[in-house]
Order: sequence, then structure tokens, then C-alpha cells
Amino acid sequence: MAEEYKNEFGVFGERPKVEKKLYDAKYVIPGLIIFLILVTLPLWPNLGKTVPVPQPSLATPAIEKMKDKKCVEALEFMRTNHMRLLIDWRDGVVRTDEKGATQGGREYVATDGKRYTASLSNTCLECHSNKTQFCDQCHNYVAVVPNCWGCHIIKEQQVAQGGAK
Amino acid sequence: MGINRREFIRIAGLSTLIGLGGKSAWEILAPGEVDAAIAEKPQALKATRWAMVIDMRKVDEQVAARCAQACHLVHNVPDLSHPMEAKDALPPEVAARQQLKWLWTEQFYNAFPGDEQEHLAEEVKAKPFMVLCNHCQNPPCVRVCPTKATFQREDGIVMMDMHRCIGCRFCMAGCPFSARSFNWRDPRPYIKDENKDYPTREIGVVEKCLFCVERLAVGLMPACVEASQGAMAFGDLNDPKSQVREWLRANFAIRRKPYLGTNPQVYYIV
Repeated sequence: MAEEYKNEFGVFGERPKVEKKLYDAKYVIPGLIIFLILVTLPLWPNLGKTVPVPQPSLATPAIEKMKDKKCVEALEFMRTNHMRLLIDWRDGVVRTDEKGATQGGREYVATDGKRYTASLSNTCLECHSNKTQFCDQCHNYVAVVPNCWGCHIIKEQQVAQGGAK
Repeated sequence: MGINRREFIRIAGLSTLIGLGGKSAWEILAPGEVDAAIAEKPQALKATRWAMVIDMRKVDEQVAARCAQACHLVHNVPDLSHPMEAKDALPPEVAARQQLKWLWTEQFYNAFPGDEQEHLAEEVKAKPFMVLCNHCQNPPCVRVCPTKATFQREDGIVMMDMHRCIGCRFCMAGCPFSARSFNWRDPRPYIKDENKDYPTREIGVVEKCLFCVERLAVGLMPACVEASQGAMAFGDLNDPKSQVREWLRANFAIRRKPYLGTNPQVYYIV
């Protein structure tokens, strides 16, 4: 007796006899190869190359003048959380809570008790006056494009090689 | 048969969810480390209801121009009719239509429609009325903003958060005073003297007068009030001893379109 062909919709009598082979292999296999090559194409030029690890520069007049070279918070914290810190600053300066009271203010009290004006252009860039050598180094490396600079003015003596967003 | 289709799809879906969401969910929900305070500056000026009184008897063309210039200079408001480079020049009608303004002047008839008198004093007719955002008590712009980019602070200032503005221009349609301007183009080529301490705006956001919140926060009076040299008063409307209340007690003052019920907070002594 022939095997019954059955699915969830019912019984369909005999299972149709289909030859088990790859049809049109002469088109399919080259097609698959071409597809694989095309998909991996962006990877080939970078094969075996290593991109140098970014070296953000701290060589600005303001930082060199500092006796104790310290950012508003500890280095490790700033490295991982500077974006969160900036968002906190932004909310403190601009936004209000549900009642309409200003959320915080314009002064940041760091964990060591020092007070800073919460401002990207006026505090961060005052020391890090080399955006292309500092901010852009890592941002370009990890391909993030923060949209700060559409409005906030870059206080930087234009470096010749600039041009990164 | 070990596994049917439905079961397979269920398992595949669940494992995708766990795989994609699990790690990031863990990172988001894990307690953060940010533990520092944001505080008010000690010298910040505070009020429960900021308001402005403009004494039009002391205002002439020069005073008005000086105030507008001071405001636009401090806040990097572009002047579309004077680009820095010739290639950014616009046809005059486009420049006039798209001009951004925080503080500008209008004739009496345009500033106070509904208050026209058949025979208006010549002096008032010719006055350049300084107009700006009225920081209404009941601001229609705030009600229509879909992203809460514009909102009312506790001290009455109708504030804008440019980070959130999506440029839908509902607020411009809502404002009965045309106090809001849209950035139809990148403003940077039209800002001659950049105030490096204050951000510019970007293409696609709406801007307006903010009663100089950034100056109040560091203990300064608004730029126009400073530049007006006594033609404008700024202060707390809820404080009976404030200068605005004193001026309003001693003089008859009018407001723009009060019949609309937005309760504007810029008063004009005529």
C-alpha cells in the first residue's frame, strides 16, 4: 500500500513521487557562490588588516596647565559613562520635572565635591579643546556619530586634518 | 516525529527573544553607577511668575533695534538677508519670509489687532512695538507639542528643548502671536558673530524667545532688558515689590490679544 500523504488539512491519498535531486544545479550552485561572494565583499579588503586602537590626545593647553590632571569624574567612569553624564547634564539644564520645576540646575557637583558648570561647549570643550584629536578619535573608531555638533559650537582652532563629523 | 511545526516555531521564537533581548535587558535593568548631584547655581535668579513690562513711552526705533540686536547676538539668531559668504545669498523675498526672529517690532495695528481705535494717537501709531514670545500662562504651543519639546516651567517660562523638537511646526500654528520661527535651512552660514557660549540651532527645529533662561540661571537679567537701558522691566509678577508690579501699579498697560485667553505675560505701557 502506498504511503498516505497527510497534513493538517486532511488526507490526500498517495504521496506524490518526487525525485530527490537538486534541479538546475548548474545555475543554482554558481548562483550561490556569486551570492556568497557579494555578501562577503565588504569584508575582503579588510582581511588581515588591523585598525589601530584610537589614541585620544590630551595635549591641549588647558590640560597641560593642570597640576592634577583629572576630569570631572574618574577616568574609568568617564570612559564608559560620559554620554550618560552629558544626558544628565542636558536634562538638568533644559528639562523640568512633572510639576514644572527645573530638574536640577546648571551646576554639577562631582562625587569629589567639586562644582562644575554643566555645559558641553563651556566645560568639556574648555579643557578638551581638540575635538578632532579627542572626541572624534574613539567616535570614528566605533562608528558612532553623536549629533551634538549640529547646534553646540566646537571651540577648536581648526586643525588642518579636521573634517570628521 | 520528534517535534511538530508549531513547537519548533515556539522554541525558535523564544530562543531568539532570549538571545537578542536577554543581554541588553540585563544591562539596562542592572543598577547604574551614576551617583552625583546636579544643583542650581547659587546666584540664579528665581521667581514664581516671570513677566516683562515694556514702557513704550521710552522706546523708539533705536532702542528697539538695540534690544533686538542684543538678543539675536547673544542667542546666535541668524540674519538670513546677510550671509557670511556670497554663495549662501537668498532672494530677498525668501530671506524675509524665512527670517528667524526672537524679538522684533510691529506697528500697533499689527501687534494689537482687536484693540484698534478709529482715531489712534499719532505717537502710538508710529511706535515700533517690540514683540516677542509672551510666555503665556496658558500656552497653546505647549498643548499642541507632540514631543513635549516645548513645555512650561514652574516659573512660567515657556521653555524649548531643541533636543526633542522634531520640527512638526504645530506650535507655530498654535501660537497666535507668531512668536516662533522655523529653521528652514542650516542657520550657521548666516550668523556673523557667533556667541561661542550659546548653541546655534539646526535645520528643522523651531525656535523662539526663552526669556533668557540661560542668563537668569547665572544671575543676569535678559539681554534685551539690559540693552533697553530702562525701557523694559523684568521680574516676578507674583512679588508685589517687584519692578514689574510697581510699573503696572503706576501705569495703564495693555497686552497682546488678551481676549484669546492665553494670558500673555508681556505688558505694554502706552
